[in-house]
Amino acid sequence: MQWEVVIGLETHAQLATESKIFSGAATAFGAAPNVQACGVDIALPGVLPVLNRKAVDCAIRFGLAVGGDIAPRSVFARKNYFYPDLPKGYQISQYEAPVVSGGSLSIRIGQGSDAQEKTVRLTRAHLEEDAGKSLHEDFQGKSGIDLNRAGTPLLEIVSEPDMRSSAEAVAYARALHALVRWIGICDGNMQEGSFRCDANVSVRPKGASEFGTRREIKNLNSFRFLQQAIDYEVQWQIGVLEDGGKIQQATVLFNPDTGETRAMRSKEDAHDYRYFPDPDLLPLVIAPAWKDQVQAAMPELPDAMRERFGRDYGLSAYDAATLTATLDLARYFESCVAAAGRELAKPCANWVMVDLAARLNRAELDIAQSPISAVQLAGLVRRVGDGTISNAIGKKVFDALCNGEGADADAIIEAQGLRQVNDAGAIEALVDAAIAGNPKSVEEFRAGKEKAFQALVGQVMKASKGKANPQQVNELLRKKLQG
Amino acid sequence: MSLNLEQVFRTARLARLAVSNAEAERTAAQLNDIFALIEQMQAVNTRGVEPMSHAVDLAQRLRDDQVTETDHRADFQAIAPETEAGLYLVPKVIE
Repeated sequence: MQWEVVIGLETHAQLATESKIFSGAATAFGAAPNVQACGVDIALPGVLPVLNRKAVDCAIRFGLAVGGDIAPRSVFARKNYFYPDLPKGYQISQYEAPVVSGGSLSIRIGQGSDAQEKTVRLTRAHLEEDAGKSLHEDFQGKSGIDLNRAGTPLLEIVSEPDMRSSAEAVAYARALHALVRWIGICDGNMQEGSFRCDANVSVRPKGASEFGTRREIKNLNSFRFLQQAIDYEVQWQIGVLEDGGKIQQATVLFNPDTGETRAMRSKEDAHDYRYFPDPDLLPLVIAPAWKDQVQAAMPELPDAMRERFGRDYGLSAYDAATLTATLDLARYFESCVAAAGRELAKPCANWVMVDLAARLNRAELDIAQSPISAVQLAGLVRRVGDGTISNAIGKKVFDALCNGEGADADAIIEAQGLRQVNDAGAIEALVDAAIAGNPKSVEEFRAGKEKAFQALVGQVMKASKGKANPQQVNELLRKKLQG
Repeated sequence: MSLNLEQVFRTARLARLAVSNAEAERTAAQLNDIFALIEQMQAVNTRGVEPMSHAVDLAQRLRDDQVTETDHRADFQAIAPETEAGLYLVPKVIE
């Protein structure tokens, strides 16, 4: 039987605020246990939550970026369950009236020119608080509780079950991850738990209109685990169904060591959260003026920028997508093009995507920490463009600029005498010398060995310390050998 | 609508309340009286009336995103039954 996979994702994005969603305690990562947990976070009697304006701002920003509806009035609710890292006995979340409804995200599946576009619809996005952390080791049969994370603002973003493979789910998660960082509402640090996904997975016979029973894989904090967990889960479900079994709705955990998913001990009461409006919080009212203000401050979004890069700079879809992976990278590229000239946009793109990307990668640096500024790189691209230096010498100048050996490309070219030799007389002398000094290569070339030609070119370039114009060398050498 | 004894026990379990049979029976009777009251209220025609999510008709006040709290861990943990290395210790909870 042919099976169809159906996947929906629930993503928790930690919002980039200084303080918690309902208290003035800090949200900084990595503090000593419980030093960032105040009376509100640890649920001392008599405390009251007060909502953080910035958290709401982030939610509005997200809603507008995905084309969703911002609720003029939304309500906070209590989600009741007992767990030691949830001191109040309930999590403050939103249930019936979330701050964002609807919207969509366009995703690309696959690489390069084979990539396919697809639109994933969003159900909703709502504000809620995170729980604390339980540590299960080393406490003589007890669990240790750290409440620093309790009350950290989260935006839970729920997709429709629109994805049909693990590759689509990963493409969606990546696009969402890029977007929340692009609009500056989440740092996207997955190791620190700032962006984590739950995947609802089911399978059904191809062509069926009803969904199969789903199982929810919890807390996937890397794209690789997301893919592995879904792939394993899909095979497991198909196996059960093909053996005549039935899928029980369940919450499952992914074990990265074994690559398997396993049902959590099923708790019959686990999903009876008894939501009700939190009497400690009044409805959240978002006036149109607030929305307008957030919209006015919104950066150009990745889809729009990608399209513009293709239209204005003549870049391929692949180049445009690569350069708009993050807002910082896109801004760097645009500064580079602005300084180099629009006609050099394609070489600018190549330098950024190839040489600079490799250098940053090696040094484990972010584009914001680039050792070469966009204007410096533009100066280099112009000198290669106008023939002052060859592309090969350009790479030397690039390294020199990265190492801080000069203020700009021109200074390095002058100081190190790297200017390309375009003088026909000088090149002819070098070519003649190479022919005279390498009779064996000359003979081999005349016997039909093309490789010998390259060796001769190499000799000329070497004698010129790489500065001879390679195109002129090629032409003149061939003319002389064949003449 | 009325609650049976089984539903009372289930609700008590969700709230982590231990109730004896006698308490459950008494509670069921009390809750069912409340349901009767609710039924009476539900008979009122509320067509066109917006449901309220709060008893006060005001909007949520917001605070600026500023860290205003300092570390009071020592004070808080002074009244905790058990702590170690800055953590609150609780009976082991693990799935």
